[in-house]
Amino acid sequence: MSTLTRRQILGWAASSALIHTPARAAVEPKLSALADGVYAFTGAEEMMEPANQGAICNVGLIVGTESAALIDSGGSYLEGVELLRAVREITDKPLRYLINTHMHPDHIFGNAAFKETGAQIVGHTNLPAALEARGAFYLQSFRRQLGEELMRGVEIIPPTVLVADRTELDLGDRKLDLRAWQPAHTDNDLTVMDRTSGTFFAGDLVFLGHLPTMDGSLLGWMRQLDELAAIAASGVVPGHGPSPSAWPDAIAPERRYFETLASDLRAAIKAGVPLAEAVTTAGQSERAKWKLFDEYNERNATTAYAELEWE
Amino acid sequence: MPAKVKVKRQAVSPVAHYLTLLVFALGVLVVLTAYASAQQTPASSEQVWLSLKDDVFGDRAIVLDDGVVRVEAPKRAQDAAIVPVDIFLDPAKAPEGVKTVTMIIDVNPAPVAAKFDIGKDAGITHISTRVRVNDYSYIRAIAETADGKLHMSQTFIKASGGCSAPAAKNSKEALAAMGQMKLRQFESTENMSKAEELQLMIRHPNNSGLQRDPLTQYFIPAHFVDKLSVSQGDRLILAMEGGISISEDPNFRFDFTAQGKEPLKVIASDTEGKQFESEWPLTTPVSN
Repeated sequence: MSTLTRRQILGWAASSALIHTPARAAVEPKLSALADGVYAFTGAEEMMEPANQGAICNVGLIVGTESAALIDSGGSYLEGVELLRAVREITDKPLRYLINTHMHPDHIFGNAAFKETGAQIVGHTNLPAALEARGAFYLQSFRRQLGEELMRGVEIIPPTVLVADRTELDLGDRKLDLRAWQPAHTDNDLTVMDRTSGTFFAGDLVFLGHLPTMDGSLLGWMRQLDELAAIAASGVVPGHGPSPSAWPDAIAPERRYFETLASDLRAAIKAGVPLAEAVTTAGQSERAKWKLFDEYNERNATTAYAELEWE
Repeated sequence: MPAKVKVKRQAVSPVAHYLTLLVFALGVLVVLTAYASAQQTPASSEQVWLSLKDDVFGDRAIVLDDGVVRVEAPKRAQDAAIVPVDIFLDPAKAPEGVKTVTMIIDVNPAPVAAKFDIGKDAGITHISTRVRVNDYSYIRAIAETADGKLHMSQTFIKASGGCSAPAAKNSKEALAAMGQMKLRQFESTENMSKAEELQLMIRHPNNSGLQRDPLTQYFIPAHFVDKLSVSQGDRLILAMEGGISISEDPNFRFDFTAQGKEPLKVIASDTEGKQFESEWPLTTPVSN
């Protein structure tokens, strides 16, 4: 069986989902106005699960005089369909760009819903390889987590417009500055700045409320926080958490968490405490300050321990 | 202590070549069946074990839980690509000594994760390492004592996606640092006698061979540390033959009984024939 065949099968799955219109959403992503031409949906601070349709990440919409750009497509085909409907209620301008801020399923599982719009998918230059390595696994494991119903129509669709460092997109009298970052949350983090309103879409480089998750490099993330904070913005739409939030204040909680986690782990590594033991205590003083702490902290600590012991 | 690493080229051994091909073929199979596969259970993991047991150990009897060996892992993996595993050996239960320990992860594409050869009089009672676990699975440690008998311990772990999914989190950096080695020496907490504890770390992507090149769509060949030996002078402490189930940046921690003051020497090689060697002086005080 070739890749082509696999692609075809996924294609069939998508088209059958288009024919059988999915049941109406229980949780409906609504895009609310943040500024003139700027809209956002605030995801639930939960794990992706059937009850929330995978709609856990924040999504942005920016509309210019000629076209529009959507930032992330949500955590299911169904959420993608709902988002597209919300976009259409706001504007009839062509959706020219679908920007994926990084590889995680809650941000990209809705991509297939935008096929018919002709939107070009934009991503970090490392995103295609990351999706190639993980795509099949995401499709398989999220079937378990989200269920067959919500996984119907979900396809891994890589970006065709790649950002290696910085790129400008023009929506008509409205310019977006896209920036590709060094490994931090993942090795394919991309941010979007709307110059007109000063709204900064940070993707998962900024978490509020929801504990940050580590799938790239803790040290890389910490190293780039100052650079991130130096960005002049009127407000931020984080990847997870209230949108908009105050900028750069929104970075403070995750900076404190990273420093706590790193300092706990460095002490453990120095004292020769093995990984299995160190990860059960590192970062625990942050527990009351975050949602989903128990779901992600030990995992973060495991990943970070393996990175920090090479310092 | 950072060490200088010598990198030598050598011809790829036929065994390594065969392993690479095997892993490659298994990888294709795993990826192609990924869509149909249901979650593993203790019963289905056991089925896999029964079907592969003879290929590894022939029809030899394997005694379960007689105390010679004990394997421990978390019940649920935090990061399926970095699952800590501890193997304990009880010298009181095996006075004749343990020669080898084989670690098996039933449902992984290459189930034989590692085979450790334990040096005679090395005094090893505890080995810990980190593995990738691809699905819910038993992890097994099978110890062979000097009398040729096999002793097994097993533990079930809930994990998924360790082999096929998260390759290097930061793939460019992983390749750049390849071959760097670090050895930490601790006073042992395992053994009250003259033992010390070593932690050996090797920078290596340990590619699983289950990733595709996004441009060519071909699988990136598996590339991993397949052989490793740690010795003090001419005396073997621990050797390992491993596969893709060992995590990126292979990491081994074990206790041993030092003799004399000879330095510790590590030789590792990978499936592309690269060899990494390094030597460290024994630093912790030894009463001899």
